[in-house]
Amino acid sequence: MCVKRVPETGARITLTGDAQAIDTSLLGFTISPHEECAVEEALRIVGKHGGSTTVLTLGPPDAAEQLQNAMAMGVDNAVLLETDGSDWNAEATAAALADAISAQPELFDVLLFGNEAADTGDYQVGVRVAHALGLPCVTGIKGIAIEDRKLTARREAGGGWEIFELPLPAVVTVKEGINLPRYASLPGRLRAKKTPIARIEPQPRASALETIRLVVPPEQETHAEILAGAAAAPRVVEVLRELGLVVTS
Amino acid sequence: MILCLVDGDPVSLEALTFARELGDVEALIFEETDVDGYTARARRVVHPRLGDYAPEAWAQAIVELEPEVVVAPGTDRGHEVLAHVAARLGVPLAANVVAAATDGDALQLTRQRWGGSLLEEARLTGTPKLLTVAAHAVVAQPAGVTTTTEEFTPSLADEHFVVRVSGREQPTAGTVRLDTARVVVGGGRGVGSKEGFELLEELANLLGGAVGGSRVVTNLGWRPHSDQVGQTGARIAPDLYIACGISGAIQHIVGCKAAKRILVINKDQSAPIVARADWAVIGDLHEIVPAIVAELRKNGV
Repeated sequence: MCVKRVPETGARITLTGDAQAIDTSLLGFTISPHEECAVEEALRIVGKHGGSTTVLTLGPPDAAEQLQNAMAMGVDNAVLLETDGSDWNAEATAAALADAISAQPELFDVLLFGNEAADTGDYQVGVRVAHALGLPCVTGIKGIAIEDRKLTARREAGGGWEIFELPLPAVVTVKEGINLPRYASLPGRLRAKKTPIARIEPQPRASALETIRLVVPPEQETHAEILAGAAAAPRVVEVLRELGLVVTS
Repeated sequence: MILCLVDGDPVSLEALTFARELGDVEALIFEETDVDGYTARARRVVHPRLGDYAPEAWAQAIVELEPEVVVAPGTDRGHEVLAHVAARLGVPLAANVVAAATDGDALQLTRQRWGGSLLEEARLTGTPKLLTVAAHAVVAQPAGVTTTTEEFTPSLADEHFVVRVSGREQPTAGTVRLDTARVVVGGGRGVGSKEGFELLEELANLLGGAVGGSRVVTNLGWRPHSDQVGQTGARIAPDLYIACGISGAIQHIVGCKAAKRILVINKDQSAPIVARADWAVIGDLHEIVPAIVAELRKNGV
């Protein structure tokens, strides 16, 4: 599975002076939420069907922390595609991951991604890797079952579900909600520290989509009518009535 | 040609409204949606093998028309299909755009990062230019034109149907959908327990609305993940969002900021969500929600 290191943002995002990145000097980092579920899903698939798991990430040397977190959850192997920490575009990221995956000595059956990274939200790296590797792909998945070399994937649609069936090997991008990721165990953490991380130095490439600057949207002025406690119920019902939401029988 | 993908989701009409700002738009209709008045020209995709959704078949239809710009709604399908087009043609895809302006041969774009709590200004060059429009970034508005629709049959082969919808499970009858509800009653950590949501259910039922929750609540298992409002859940756009015991982390705010009005029930007046509210009832939701329910019943609801 492929994961991304992202900052844990608080109530408000602060940018660096040149408006090219988030000021992360006071922030911790985590695996992007959808991808943490990809790690959990990989562990569940292997728990059920056997096999092994490998986690890849493209990021700065510090992204080794997220690989160790995944290994502490139970992932067997880790590969770091090491960058200088600058934001890589989706095309370059996908090309580097596809090259690294092709170079892995072991064949794989399922390649999991998060549906979109929490920070850049590009919604495309998994699909690009699938095309580079010539594999079938489906995105936004919240349920996976595997039987007879066939993967059944479920996606929420219109309040119900749509079902896809893919031959293996396949690429699936998952969404939070597919599972509840486990916590790392203490033995897992100790083992993760001892397991070596393979390192690759990929080459960046320019995109025809060029970031100029980042902007924090302006804060809204507080304009709330402040009401106090249960005694405000009649006023609330008056508001509901004004909005046309009260239907009397 | 500017092509706008119409995927059956009402967000497609927002995308059409957005795309018109860039020039003459042709709607490419994959799943029946009433686009009448939104654009002068439309093509309905017809093919004997296109029974249900097949992402690579949809992507092939777009590639075949050789458009200069493709605009798609910021839906699962919009993102997925344009990602396939982008990968096939080796061009970028700008996802969740909220503003675009022509600058010579380039497009100046503003797009969402972090689900919209951060914006990126970017410049997109090359052909074709692919972009999805963030849901609820614009209000769908017809242009008052007469729409002429013709049929279009793309050249599709087996390879385009390896991945396709092979089955469906319909929603449970009678449930109000979170993403289309007129009223959403949301609960956060302050609700206190799984059982605490029964209060919110009762209020939502009286108003014909749906119940939602913050990420904390779905991670604690108090509500199913499908009820999550936020960056990793649903983006809602109700007439009224009633946020109970939710502090208002940015990841939650991006999911509910398209609500027309927000009524907050929270014991802490300094909670970030109060700054987003139109009305804020300060106090214990376990007393306030039952009081509102009682008042509604007193009024014959």
